[in-house]
Amino acid sequence: MQPAPETGKASLLYDPKIRGYVYQALLIGIVIYFGYQMVSNVSENLARQRIPFGLDFWDSQAGFDINQALFPYTAQSTYGEAFWVGLLNTLLVAAIGIVFATILGFLVGIARLSKNWIVAKAAMVYVEVIRNLPLLLQLLFWYKAVLEPLPRPRESISLVGGALLNNRGLYVPEPVFGPGAGLIGAAFLLAVFGSIAFYMWAKQQQAATGRIYPIGLVSLGALVGLPLVAFLATGGPISFNYPALGGLNVRGGITVYPEFIALLLGLTTYTAGFIAEVVRAGILAVSKGQWEAADSLGLPYGRTLNNVVVPQALRVIIPPLTSNYLNLTKNSSLAVVIGYPDLAQVFLGTVLNQTGRAIEIVGITMGVYLTISLLTSAFMNYYNKRMALVER
Amino acid sequence: MNVIANASAYVQATALPQLPAPSSTKGPVHWVRQNLFSSPLNTILTLLALYVIATTIPALIKFYIVDAVWTGANRDACLSEKVGRQVGACWAFVADRYQYFIYGSYTQAERWRVNLVFVGVAISMVWLLWDRVPFKALGMMFVFGVLPIAAWMLLYGGARSEFWFLVVSAGLIAWSIWGDYSALKMGEANAFTRPESLVRYGMLGAMLLFGLYVQFGAGELPIVETGLWGGVLVTMLIASAGIVFSLPFGIALALGRRSKLPIIKMFSVIFIEFVRGVPLITVLFMANVMLPLFVPQEWSPDRLLRPLIGVALFASAYMAEVVRGGLQAIPKGQYEGAMSLGLGYGKMMRFIVLPQALRIVIPGIVNTFIGLFKDTTLVTIIGLFDFMKTIEASFADPSWATPTTRSTGYAFAAIFYFLCCWGMSRYSISVEQKLAAGQKR
Repeated sequence: MQPAPETGKASLLYDPKIRGYVYQALLIGIVIYFGYQMVSNVSENLARQRIPFGLDFWDSQAGFDINQALFPYTAQSTYGEAFWVGLLNTLLVAAIGIVFATILGFLVGIARLSKNWIVAKAAMVYVEVIRNLPLLLQLLFWYKAVLEPLPRPRESISLVGGALLNNRGLYVPEPVFGPGAGLIGAAFLLAVFGSIAFYMWAKQQQAATGRIYPIGLVSLGALVGLPLVAFLATGGPISFNYPALGGLNVRGGITVYPEFIALLLGLTTYTAGFIAEVVRAGILAVSKGQWEAADSLGLPYGRTLNNVVVPQALRVIIPPLTSNYLNLTKNSSLAVVIGYPDLAQVFLGTVLNQTGRAIEIVGITMGVYLTISLLTSAFMNYYNKRMALVER
Repeated sequence: MNVIANASAYVQATALPQLPAPSSTKGPVHWVRQNLFSSPLNTILTLLALYVIATTIPALIKFYIVDAVWTGANRDACLSEKVGRQVGACWAFVADRYQYFIYGSYTQAERWRVNLVFVGVAISMVWLLWDRVPFKALGMMFVFGVLPIAAWMLLYGGARSEFWFLVVSAGLIAWSIWGDYSALKMGEANAFTRPESLVRYGMLGAMLLFGLYVQFGAGELPIVETGLWGGVLVTMLIASAGIVFSLPFGIALALGRRSKLPIIKMFSVIFIEFVRGVPLITVLFMANVMLPLFVPQEWSPDRLLRPLIGVALFASAYMAEVVRGGLQAIPKGQYEGAMSLGLGYGKMMRFIVLPQALRIVIPGIVNTFIGLFKDTTLVTIIGLFDFMKTIEASFADPSWATPTTRSTGYAFAAIFYFLCCWGMSRYSISVEQKLAAGQKR
């Protein structure tokens, strides 16, 4: 028997490169096979159910009404317009929710580290309870157990500033702008830009000379003062349209629907619980030596926090904070359960029910959320890179 | 000399008794001042917190315990005009409906089957999560091999599931004999009589006997349609199916994402990022309305199976990221050591990398599971009767329509979810501490 010829190479079967090609080819083959099967099944199933495929429904009349719309929308509007109403409502609740959740989350996170025992424990209980209950339960709680038992419009609760609260929603005074009101807006914008310019100038001066300017006070003065001066100079052109009882319902003012309030409350308190933990971890991640070094340099507490601890903590906080913002945006789709007309409720719910175009509608909805997620992570990656430690 | 001798007259010759520390630096008064009233801001915060506690806690206790109604046959027990006193939470409603909350509308006479599955789940949790229980590899076999098929047979019933249960039991026994036989040939003299093998044969034998008994002794288990399932059963089913599927699939995805093969890596990244970028609701809608279109009509999945698939795929993407974190934490030397021993990719992962990586991500896995458990409530939206939905649906029952039924039901749901999630998070923290203790030297 002759020995196998010595080729200096192992069998092809054991060549990792060849194996890699084979595995990848196999995977592509499987994906293509299943993709083909899927497409053929879909076309067959759609043909059998007599559902056409395509976006031709986009311009057909929707025929249903939506109570909260950011632009004029009626039952005569198209499905496409319904889509935009839903998308804008999603973005609205997400944007406001992110602002409130950040504020509340930072407060609770700092409270958890407070030396005040009761405050720290209360913050801990808040975080534990909020994080360990499903968001859906919390939304139902706010909507059905808190907002629904509110009194009827006739017995509305009067709040400060002339707002009314009842089981149909929150009615807040609507500002009516008279002639000259534009000047106030212009003054405000001027103040914003002025403050930013002053901030940058002050930072430059501080870097160059070491002198510290009262940035906070100056900006606050400008932001409040300039519009106030403009308001007085133009003779107070802003008046309010107060909500008032008219018949069985409240008339006038701006209506904030209970669905919106419930969703906002639920998302804010829920996400704040997670943000609080992120903030706490971020602050704890700054080593004790940094505090002590700042102390030994003679920095006062506020400056230590502002210029030493927070910039370092933010590096740790920002990535998980981003994913919490994204979670809030994605969780806003739970609006379906309480009927807030967001993208999921309007498009995935009502429009899908009426048209039966499952593939197009689920695909578009997923695409929208995916785009929001990818854009946010791209922006946050960029921001994170700017904030990241520059090492020598 | 004289001066010094005189001076010693002023020196205390005996030790004075020790005085307690002044109350301003020690003791409860000090603690209160230091912790609660150290600054004006702190004082305000303390008073505010005390005010909030004083207004909410007693009211909650009064509503849920003092004024609560604990027994009763219908709404009359919980109506204040009927009982003549102020009525708080209506726990009688929960007591009356708890069977529905646990089993949904599952056939009354067959509920022992559900209980058996509950026992199985409890056993698998203790087996895998409690580190003092031996034979973890066997536990994995139980959780990923025995339990799913047994649960299917028990819960659904019917001749087909019983047949497959028998096939799987026989297959597992054959596989186990083959494994022990090869160990014997490799020189392990007591391959068949070591404790692990004995326990394994005991378990598989019991399984086979049970299958044979059900098949030939007890006769066919009546089929209980999935539409009747509900309550804790469905919640538990979705959560367990999610974990049983997402763990292996998530590991595969994580390995794929770390793979050097570009196409495998690309598919893994696309899948993970796609799923993590969309809300679970859209995935559930996809599973519910698109999945039946993707498969031939005769294969159209059951209404309960669809969200199971959706949740499992969704959880896999998150699990993959957790596992990837563990893989990245393994030092390069481990990979290189394995390779220099001549281990191939599969053996290197199986014996060297994954055991270490999975161990350090146990807390992450448990946290993912907590998220998954909370997310099971979303199946309500596509019409399944999970625990949350059975409670919500019971509010519509006119025989228990009282002003306080809703708050009672929500409180009950909150207690259930809180205990489950909080317990798991405590477990995860304890594992984390145990692992950290191993690192500290």
